[in-house]
Amino acid sequence: MEWEAVIGLEIHAQLATKSKIFSGASTAFGAEPNTQACAVDLALPGTLPVFNGEALRMAVLFGLAIDAEIGYTSVFDRKNYFYPDLPKGYQTSQLFHPIVGTGYVDITLDDGTIKRVGVTRAHLEEDAGKSLHEEFPNMTGIDLNRAGTPLLEIVSEPDMRSAEEAVAYVKKIHAIVTNLGICDGNMAEGSFRCDCNVSVRYKGEEEFGNRTESKNINSFRFIEKAIKGEIIRQIDILEDGGHITQETRLYDANKDETRSMRSKEEANDYRYFPCPDLLPIVIDDDYVNQVRATLPELPDARKARFLEQYKLSDYDAMVLSAYRDLSHYFETVANTAGDAKLAANWVMGELSKLLNQNDTDIKDSPVSAEQLGGLLLRIKDNTITGKIAKQVFEAMWAGEGSADEVIESKGLKQVTDSGAIESMVDDVIAANQPQVDQYVNAEPDKRGKMIGFFMGKVMQASQGKANPGQVQGLLKQKLDALADG
Amino acid sequence: MSLDRTDVEKIAHLARLNIAEQDIQEYAENLSNILDLVDQMQAVDTQDITPMAHPMDAIQRLRLDEVTEGNQRDHLQTVAPAVEAGLFQVPKVIE
Repeated sequence: MEWEAVIGLEIHAQLATKSKIFSGASTAFGAEPNTQACAVDLALPGTLPVFNGEALRMAVLFGLAIDAEIGYTSVFDRKNYFYPDLPKGYQTSQLFHPIVGTGYVDITLDDGTIKRVGVTRAHLEEDAGKSLHEEFPNMTGIDLNRAGTPLLEIVSEPDMRSAEEAVAYVKKIHAIVTNLGICDGNMAEGSFRCDCNVSVRYKGEEEFGNRTESKNINSFRFIEKAIKGEIIRQIDILEDGGHITQETRLYDANKDETRSMRSKEEANDYRYFPCPDLLPIVIDDDYVNQVRATLPELPDARKARFLEQYKLSDYDAMVLSAYRDLSHYFETVANTAGDAKLAANWVMGELSKLLNQNDTDIKDSPVSAEQLGGLLLRIKDNTITGKIAKQVFEAMWAGEGSADEVIESKGLKQVTDSGAIESMVDDVIAANQPQVDQYVNAEPDKRGKMIGFFMGKVMQASQGKANPGQVQGLLKQKLDALADG
Repeated sequence: MSLDRTDVEKIAHLARLNIAEQDIQEYAENLSNILDLVDQMQAVDTQDITPMAHPMDAIQRLRLDEVTEGNQRDHLQTVAPAVEAGLFQVPKVIE
């Protein structure tokens, strides 16, 4: 019998508001502990929440982006549990009437097929504070800066059947929320977090197996590893005749395994009820239409446009359309250089390489899109060769000026003077008699390949600056003359 | 509907209430009385009535997304029993 995994995901996206969901304290990341936690966030007696309209707008925008039902009346509920980083003793959330109802996203699988993954709901809630267990011997330190940061919890249907599908879904949601500008998507800072519900069953069975929930996973790679590991763990237990306990597990990236955190059976009684401190949120068609009018172009639509407008390959179009800043950069380069394919190669090649190496966001690239476009223009008009262009690009990255300035100051202009090239070609032919003999004695159809050796020598002699087309033409002409003579 | 000792103990645990052994019976009776009252109310036909989320017939007003609260840490932490390095200190929480 073959096993099949069933995966559902809960994604918590911190909404990119300036202030908290129920108070006027700042949501900025990285402040000194408790300097952004006001009386409401601390749940001091007598304080009351006031709902942030921007969090509502962002949630509705997300709902429209995934073609979901919008909750025209949504209600906050209290989810009761005790933990020191939740000072109220309950989390304000939405259980019965969420702001976003059923929707979907389409993911592209490795073999190119499209799979639709259902989104059950997305609701507004508040983030908790942070507990620091390590710093003090017998105490836990509590930082409430994060308490009250607005979250959109996006709950998927259990539609995914492999770790790869789950990652494709998470990437899709990540691309949507960042393109909408409602979440910065920073997984390392916890702005975008994922809990994975995983169970296994025999293929073809209707019923789900007992599931576990793995929390605390903060990168796409870890999501894939955690799910893969959890699937294997569950199958091993079941094949040994064991039983899967429904529980929450914590992913440990250092050990690459999940371990039991707490059993859900007893603690899972949150005693939800409508929050009497907040009134129902009621919106109308006018409101929804106003938000709809601000929907930006989303990755799927942009990919289709890139395929059509720039004739990119499917893969290039997918990569370049995923993120707004990257897409914008690519389009600026393509339009400046007037060559989309060349622009795609450079943005995905040299630029991405240096961005990754320096851990730099494309927004902060030291080489602007206009400057890169300017460099590509110099390849196209044969001022420099593609190889030299990489050298120029690195100098531009290091702040040595525009493409033209670098080419000028370093004397990298391509040599197109046919007299100069011819003398280099002659020198190379004279200095490499054994290879010339081989060429002359070779079958004519083998000679094409053998020219590469001479090309390399001439390009080396010219420090990469000789026009490759001219060099190749001259070499062939002169070597063939020797062979035929 | 009536609650027994185990129900009361479970509720007390969930609410983190420390209740005295000799009071459990009385709590069970009092809570059962409340549930009896609820049972009585169940007799009313509410089929076509939308449940209220709030007793006031009003809707939520929205706040502008502005930071209006600055750093009040020193002031707010004067009421905290224990503070160190800007953090509230609580007895060790073991996961």
